[in-house]
Formats: sequence, C-alpha cells, structure tokens
Amino acid sequence: MSTLLTSTLKPAHQHRKWSDGALLVVALLALWQVASSLLGAEVLPGPWLTFLKLKSIMSDDDFPENLRVTAVAFALGFAISCMGGVCLGLVLGAQRLAGDIVEPILMAFYAIPKITLYPVVLLMFGLGLYAKVTFGVIHGIIPITIFTMNAVRNMRPVFARTARACRLSPVSYARHVLLPAAVPEVLAGLRIGFSLTLLGTLIGEMFASQSGIGHMLMIAMSRNDSQTIMALASLLFIFATVVNLAMLKWHQRLIKAP
Amino acid sequence: MKLAARWRLVLVVAFVGALEIASRRAWIDPVSFIPPSKMAEGAWALLASGDYTNDILQTLANASLAVLLAVAGGFVFGVCLFKLPRLRRVVDPLLLSYYAVPIFVVYPVLIVIFGLNRWPLVAIGFLFGVVAMATNTLNGLERVAPVLLRSARAMRMSTIDEIRLITLPASLPYVFTGVKLAVVYAFIAVIAGEFVLAGSGFGFRIAYAYNNFDNPTMYGLMLLLLVFVGTLNMLLHMAEERLYSRTRRASA
Repeated sequence: MSTLLTSTLKPAHQHRKWSDGALLVVALLALWQVASSLLGAEVLPGPWLTFLKLKSIMSDDDFPENLRVTAVAFALGFAISCMGGVCLGLVLGAQRLAGDIVEPILMAFYAIPKITLYPVVLLMFGLGLYAKVTFGVIHGIIPITIFTMNAVRNMRPVFARTARACRLSPVSYARHVLLPAAVPEVLAGLRIGFSLTLLGTLIGEMFASQSGIGHMLMIAMSRNDSQTIMALASLLFIFATVVNLAMLKWHQRLIKAP
Repeated sequence: MKLAARWRLVLVVAFVGALEIASRRAWIDPVSFIPPSKMAEGAWALLASGDYTNDILQTLANASLAVLLAVAGGFVFGVCLFKLPRLRRVVDPLLLSYYAVPIFVVYPVLIVIFGLNRWPLVAIGFLFGVVAMATNTLNGLERVAPVLLRSARAMRMSTIDEIRLITLPASLPYVFTGVKLAVVYAFIAVIAGEFVLAGSGFGFRIAYAYNNFDNPTMYGLMLLLLVFVGTLNMLLHMAEERLYSRTRRASA
C-alpha cells in the first residue's frame, strides 16, 4: 500500500524511553549550534538567538493577528481535507471498480509538484482566504483519501457481509462499519495530510496574502533576515512535531485496543 | 484491471474534453483559463523555439543531483540505522515525524547559507528525499528472511558475497521504493524551490510567465511539466511492480 506514502514505518519499540527522546533533542540542538558557529551567526543563528528572536516576534503587536489569519485558513483547509478525504476514501474503498479507476490518477496527482498549479488556483479564486484554503486542500486531501481507501479495502470481508445481512443503509454502513474499521489507517493518513495542508496553506500565504505566517516568511526572505526565518521555521516545526507525536500516541493506543 | 484502465482513459478524455468545450464557450473565464488544445500548442511552440531548453536542462540537472545525493546518503543512513540499533532507537521519533513537518520552510535559510544558485535547490531536494530512502532501506533490510541469512552462514559465504548474493537481491524491491520516492520528492522540492525563489529553471519560468500574464507560456510550461513528471512516475511505478511481482513469485 504505502509505496508512495511511506511514513508508516513501525516504531521499533512500543515503550520509548524518555532518555532517548531527550538525547535526540540535545543532539539536534548541538548539531544546530555547531552548524551555526561554523557558518556564522548572521547566516545561521544558533538555538539561543533564535529563541530570543521568537520571543520578541511573539510579543510583537502584529503577531496575534498574523497567527489568527493562518490558523483560520489552516483549520478550514484541514477540516475540508479531512471530511472530503475520508468520505471520498470510504466511497472509493467500498466500490472496487471506482477505486481501481481513480487510484492511479490520485497517485499521479500526488507526485506532481502542485505548487505549479498555484497560478490556476489564484486565477480561479482570486487573492484571499479561499485561494489559501484551496491550496491547502489540494495538498492535504490526497494522502487522506488514499489511506482511507486502502483501509477500507483491507477490511475483513466478513464485516461487509454482516452489514449486508443486517441490511444496513449505505450511510449507516459507512458510519457504523467502515469508519470504525478504518480509523487507525485513517489516522496515519491524517498525520501526513496535516503537514501537507499546513505546507500548502503557508505556500499559499507566501504569494497571495497580506498577512499570516507565510507572508511574514516571505518578507523575511526578501530581507535576508535569517533570524526571523529560523524563528518562524522552528515555531512551525515544534507545532507540527507536537501534533504529530500526539497523533502517533493516539494511533498506538488504537492499535493496542482491539 | 483492463476494464478499470479503459474507464480511466474515458474519464480523463471526458475531463479534458469538458475543459475544452467549457473554455471555448467561455463558461470559464477565458482570461484565466485557456483551452487544453491551446495549452498543447503553447507547449509545442515552447519546445520548438528552444528558448526554454536551458532552464529545463538545468532543472533536470539539479533534480538528478539531488536524487543522486539523496539515494546515496539515504542508503548509507539506512544501513547505519540497521547496524546500530541504539542509534535507531534514538532517531526513531525523528524518522516517524520527519514528513509530518513542513521541511520546505527551511528553503529560505538554505538560500541564505548557500547563496542564490543551484545549491539550495539541490539541498532542499536532498532533504526531501533522503529520509524516504533511509526508511525504505531500513525496511528492506529488516525484511530479509532470517532463513536466507542462516543458509548464507551455513554455506560459509564471505560478508561481501552475502551482501551481493543475499541481502541486496532480497531487499531490492523495498530499496527501489525508496529510490522512487526520492525521485518524486526531489522533483517536487526542486520545482517548488524554483517557483518560490530562484533565478532560472522550470519553476522559475512558470512563475515568471504568471507574473507577466503570459497565459500560453504559463499553461504550456505547466503541461510540459505535468506530462514529464507523470511519465516519469508511471515508468518508476511499472518498474516497481515488476520487482515486487518477482519476489512474490519467488516466495510463492
């Protein structure tokens, strides 16, 4: 299944020790510090400088507004990706032929650099919120759809037969049988979809916005302001990593519970 | 499967036809969207004029370099992870959340580090591809059946023979999946990087044509890119299927 979307590598150990996690963080910080002192602090600011800059950005008056704009666009985009991806995945998974027809198209679409479609999206939706949301959705919806579809396809056939014996309507079949059976896989899709939607929204903001985190990044880029770039990048990294680890934990608990 | 392929063709043709009719009849705003036939004309004119050959070649060179580095680096990294379980335990959360983080955000930093030339593009392509390659290499090495390794030991194979005759062929399909992903991701990253900030290249040309409202050129370039990446992806996918079916047959 995951020949295109491999991030489903199983963790080596169920019980990760805290010391290992701390070791990783310390090692990454040390690597960052070494790189920074090799390249010079103007080119690549070290962890401490970045932290200070992040603090000053966050206490800035404009920051809450920028954060809000990005958060709204991202939340809307992710909500649409989730709903659309899961519904589409359930339908395509349940209808074998439809899945066979559409899957390669989805895979091909996943593999193209979608950023080049940006002008089309912009011309269709104009500058503003909808272009950003659309851009986030076209990035995020495909992995969610593909993971959901595969989950439904790999479901034990006895579930489908039982549902038919109970004469469930298609909607309650989806709600009571397909969705619960597919949840762990869907969650794996959501993890990938999350980051791609975030990336899509940010790239959208880089070009088509007067505010938001992406816009701040674009300004910092044109000013060659590596401190701000690093500060915003680490903010995004931390946010994405925390959400991802939470989803992973949830995923593991779902797998353990039969 | 053949039925599905036929339906797929019908679907795609119908979609393109609908776009053609809709844009010819001006149901879609003709300023923002041109008919697919005009796109194809534009694409052909671009190829024939030769103005963009340099940019295309440059993008290809950057992406190939990124793929090469990512495949080599990822393979070595994967082997290291396999040989050193302690390292793997520490790096594991990183591998699991690597693609859940928008790595592309560091592209501006790479520009500051390397300057505005081809190296930030190669570096971002490398960063996109390397972890996919490493995880797939690791996956492949883990899936080598223990019985094969035991028989290798029973036959007193040297380490080199064991790698050449047992480990590599047994893990090849998984490693190839890594290569395929590295190619796909590197292309996405390089073109996205060119689109955001670069002085030349395929993505840059599209952004440039867009900024100049030069629709035929923009759509022509897009079409060329889509066809190229689509073909590449299809070829890789076919090669991958063949590798997997070979191992399946061998184990059956």
